[in-house]
Amino acid sequence: MRGAFIDANICKGCGLCVTACPKKIIEIDTSTINAKGYAPAHVVDQDGCIACGACYGMCPDCAITVER
Amino acid sequence: MAKFEKPKALLDVPLHYCPGCTHGIAHRLVAEAMDELDITGKTIGIAPVGCSVFAYNYFNCDMQQASHGRAPAVATGIKRAMPDNIVFSYQGDGDLASIGAAEIVSAAARGEKITVIFINNAIYGMTGGQMAPTTLLGQKTTTSPYGRDENIQGYPIRMVEMLSQLDGCAYAERVSMHNYPNVLKAKKAVKKAFETQIAGKGFAIVELLSTCPTNWGLSPVDALKFVEEKMIPQYPLGVFKEV
Repeated sequence: MRGAFIDANICKGCGLCVTACPKKIIEIDTSTINAKGYAPAHVVDQDGCIACGACYGMCPDCAITVER
Repeated sequence: MAKFEKPKALLDVPLHYCPGCTHGIAHRLVAEAMDELDITGKTIGIAPVGCSVFAYNYFNCDMQQASHGRAPAVATGIKRAMPDNIVFSYQGDGDLASIGAAEIVSAAARGEKITVIFINNAIYGMTGGQMAPTTLLGQKTTTSPYGRDENIQGYPIRMVEMLSQLDGCAYAERVSMHNYPNVLKAKKAVKKAFETQIAGKGFAIVELLSTCPTNWGLSPVDALKFVEEKMIPQYPLGVFKEV
């Protein structure tokens, strides 16, 4: 299935993927908190993903898998 | 089919680094190079002292941890004893440019066939943000609270330019990780550094301009801007030597 998938348990909410995404479809989800205490990033519009891999490339924690 | 996923040369454990620390990106670039060259099984990595001391918990290859700054010396011993293996050291700027300056210069001068991954974030991360030899002029750290003054603390050292002057050095490049296009360039550089060793050409070093959001006192995104606007003018990107 095409899209970017973020592991919310590994994400530290640094926001580098948010700035890297050319389609602006990733946001920090401040309504939730993960086991580490961070507000993780999430994809708001999976259909808008062009699977370019920029979020994967900038994620310092390998929390993102991109499939196409 | 998965297109972009965690490389197999990285173990499936979460990294301990601070949010937004580009050590994670650098780890992944090294792992991707090992995967693509299919050398994970015969690679031996040398972990430094610093934030990346726990690199031995993350790479899926044999690892050895060295005393502060002595990673090139340990890598020399391993490479000479086992010349068919691929040996790389992963060092920060406090480790490589300060206490380990003698080791890195000597290893490069001897032309040791090792690969050095040099993470330059212009500060001592693990110990709490002290001034490093690579700290920029005017940059505030816990040991230069009024900003680095060239009359007191001297000038920042450009390590890659310095090492590229040595005849034993076969490959020296500086890259940055402040945005995705530069990460892709960094990936090519890291791979090239491993290929230099596989071809037996000599000493290879890649300097990766990195961030330390925690000790710089910036958000991860602002830290990337700091690299682009402040660090790159002081540390120009490019290939300084390629044999």
